[in-house]
Amino acid sequence: MSEVKKHEVVVRTSNVAKQYGEGEAAVRALNGVSCEIYSGEYLSIMGPSGSGKSTLFNMIGGLDKPSEGSVFVNSVDIAQLTPRELAFLRCHTIGYIFQTFNLITVRTALENVTLPMLFAGTSPDEAEERGAKLLDLVGLGHRLHHRPSELSGGQQQRVAIARSLANNPAIILADEPTGNLDLKTGQEIIDLLRHLNEDRNVTIISATHDHKMLDVSDRIFHIRDGQLAKIETKEELALTGHSAQL
Amino acid sequence: MSREQFKNVDPPFWVAWNQALASIRVRFFRQLITSVGIALGIAFFACIQTMRLAEASHEAETEARLKWLVATSLVMCLVGVTNSMLMSVAERYREIGTIKCLGASDSFIVKVFFLEAMLLGLVGSFGGSLLGVTLMQLANLTSGNIVPFPAAAGVVLIGTVVGMFMTVAAAIAPAMQAARMPAAAALRVEV
Repeated sequence: MSEVKKHEVVVRTSNVAKQYGEGEAAVRALNGVSCEIYSGEYLSIMGPSGSGKSTLFNMIGGLDKPSEGSVFVNSVDIAQLTPRELAFLRCHTIGYIFQTFNLITVRTALENVTLPMLFAGTSPDEAEERGAKLLDLVGLGHRLHHRPSELSGGQQQRVAIARSLANNPAIILADEPTGNLDLKTGQEIIDLLRHLNEDRNVTIISATHDHKMLDVSDRIFHIRDGQLAKIETKEELALTGHSAQL
Repeated sequence: MSREQFKNVDPPFWVAWNQALASIRVRFFRQLITSVGIALGIAFFACIQTMRLAEASHEAETEARLKWLVATSLVMCLVGVTNSMLMSVAERYREIGTIKCLGASDSFIVKVFFLEAMLLGLVGSFGGSLLGVTLMQLANLTSGNIVPFPAAAGVVLIGTVVGMFMTVAAAIAPAMQAARMPAAAALRVEV
């Protein structure tokens, strides 16, 4: 929490709205969300499906552009970036983790981790060395040359976590990282993420349904009907006893 | 971080090359079918072209009819190849979205598909033209109407070049479209 108290803003959204479709068929997935996310915090975004949680997540990660409002990552308005600059931002500043792991199926675990490094211009030798270290860090040092199809779900998610760390990003975006895993494996992934958050001071933003994920969060954003309904801090959670909230 | 720092450079050529090779190697069976599809189309073209040369007809009417057949075979071939390549891009939208998240530029994605199509097109159309020319020559053995070697080799060469060009052309448009999609949209596509 000490890092959080510094309140250095790493992501800021200002009145972000997103509309899919036109005219009568239009769906407003987000309706004016303004928030600040601090460097080094572990933030969970909660909300029922269809609440706009994933849409907000995509906006923050530069995966989609808002219809209105702006998103600032490290005080750069990402709507102003060219596709090439956006690719640079995704490569260097943000690491992504998905519910469905989304590893490149045709490459090995090590190649999955080194690919973002090669995009960043790292030499192959250095990339391989760093990639092996990262896989070791997530406990897969013995599975470097296995392809995703030869790994279990938990192992695949570990590879994805190692890959998200490839270029030492400031932010890790995790979209329901435990959604496709059993309880025990899910807990291991949460512990790993929390550990990385504390050790490397990387900001973790995670969309989740998972209650276990809330226990480790510094703050929780509750999204309802495309709006930011409530922000809870860890202290408030401890006071109210979060079973009542959920 | 200021905007001036966003100077992204594409990774060296071999990164795209390795990605294309890995994609062919791992999806070997799927890619083989695509390649055979290309090969059959080009084999048909090579057959007709060899037949045209073997007849070596000076009658304007026969010549015109055979040219017409050659053109038809090319159109058929183009439709088949386009279908294969459209499918091969469409079933990989998710992979494209993921690779964008890792920081790939649009041009890197197009480059991978370009290389893949070129390799598949090369193998498929070379095999196809060889098959087509050989079959036609064998069929003409009895009548003794064999096309001499240099001309037959010419048919193989033309078939290979035309087939490769068609494959690349058919793959590049859908690949460019997929590369330009926002990453979130590419990830959402379910095939």
